Amino acid sequence: MLDTTSTLKRTPFYSRHVALGAKMVPFAGYEMPVQYEGIVAEHRAVRGGVGVFDVSHMGEIRLRGPGAKAYANRLVTNEVASIPDGKAVYTPMCLESGGIVDDLLVYASGRDRFLVVNAANFEKDLAWIRARAPSDVTVEDENEDTAQLAVQGPGAEDVLARLYGDRVRGLEFYTFFEEGAGKDWCLVSRTGYTGEDGFEVYVRSSRALETWDRIFEAGAPALIRPVGLGARDTLRLEMGYCLYGNDIDETTNPLEAGLAWTVRLDKEDFIGKEPLVAAKRHGVRRKLVGLVLDGERIPRHGFEVLAQGRAVGTVTSGSMGISIGKPVAMAYTDQEHAARGYKVEVRTRGQETPATVTGRPMYTMGSVRAPKPRRAE
Amino acid sequence: MKVPKELRYTKEHEWVRVRGQEAEVGITDFAQGELGDVVFVELPKVGERVTQMKSFGTIDAVKTVSDLFAPVSGEVVAINTDLKDNPALINQSPYEKGWMIRIRVASPAEVDSLLSAEAYEKALGAHA
Repeated sequence: MLDTTSTLKRTPFYSRHVALGAKMVPFAGYEMPVQYEGIVAEHRAVRGGVGVFDVSHMGEIRLRGPGAKAYANRLVTNEVASIPDGKAVYTPMCLESGGIVDDLLVYASGRDRFLVVNAANFEKDLAWIRARAPSDVTVEDENEDTAQLAVQGPGAEDVLARLYGDRVRGLEFYTFFEEGAGKDWCLVSRTGYTGEDGFEVYVRSSRALETWDRIFEAGAPALIRPVGLGARDTLRLEMGYCLYGNDIDETTNPLEAGLAWTVRLDKEDFIGKEPLVAAKRHGVRRKLVGLVLDGERIPRHGFEVLAQGRAVGTVTSGSMGISIGKPVAMAYTDQEHAARGYKVEVRTRGQETPATVTGRPMYTMGSVRAPKPRRAE
Repeated sequence: MKVPKELRYTKEHEWVRVRGQEAEVGITDFAQGELGDVVFVELPKVGERVTQMKSFGTIDAVKTVSDLFAPVSGEVVAINTDLKDNPALINQSPYEKGWMIRIRVASPAEVDSLLSAEAYEKALGAHA
């Protein structure tokens, strides 16, 4: 029988979320947990312990065949052809205009390229990739049969080492291993979206629940928590990581978004290269900056950024910076107001709250094993 | 979800505790659960006047912001200053420590127009 929720998909972990008392919300066509005990507690659990996120809504696409590497490299702005097996790369995928189709992870899996894209963009991305695929590349939709958990926090390594052995400890940031085949396949990468050390674990859907249970059994009960999409957002925002649809979309390019480090203009060719080369040469008019507010009102998407009373930008993401202790935001501002330390105001419901332009990340105490963030250009 | 019998309610999920001439106001257990972790609440000053069904302040949760609606008209005679440092009291104790303002009721008839606990629970049925 049809009911109102029947059009929403469920991940293989749905029964666990319900059993844990999660508040479920529609998100990108899925019924997803937004929180269990509360966003603040879950956010802190990740910063100080281990959080487990169901991110099975993310979309998986595998490019196979002799042309897979070269084709993947044409689709995205970062270098994903010459990278060694076992390396993962974060990259935008652009339109011919240089606007961003999506931001994704590309895993170098032998000759294949395994792509993990945003849930809300999955159908669009799949169509985009299929429409341009050369005859020596097969585009495989692995979305339905892949479950994904993000295990994040300073204690994540200990938890996963109990499941997968010491090879987990040997993983460098943005590398991965795969093991097993068929329904026993899994992929474990040292990647994440929280600013803490952590991993993303991909398994086949039939193995999802036992993987969830084994992870929770491996964690010390006091330290490991399920974490919902609410805290996923506050964690990524403190790190200044982009959220597609909020901070980046088809009308923004990677240079404006502070993602110049992911755009390899030295690559032979890729979709969107020409306008990005031009943008690099002429400079961009606006930049995606971090803001830390000196006040209590919380900035929200669409709020205006002012300098001496003049509109100079717009907030794209905002929230309480739970680990920072102040409201934080990301905003596009005019290039001349994008320098760190610049004082601006955010119009928060009729009141102007002073704010300081910061680099991204805004939160710099995380355990993530990333190289020191480069200064945004 | 708690809906204390002795309180009166609005459809916008505020509760009212009437004590003599004064009405103590907060948001319901249902409302705090829907909002999630409250990080800031903006209240009027003592001495300001509020008007029934008009906004008297805002409440910021991590994910969202909401207006607060005055259940009755009158002068604000007290605000809960503990909420400034600890807005989470609204989540932890919505009907006690999380109270927001006390209003000197201008018109007792307005109190009569509020929902009973039973009526509020019925209204919630639509959400649950």
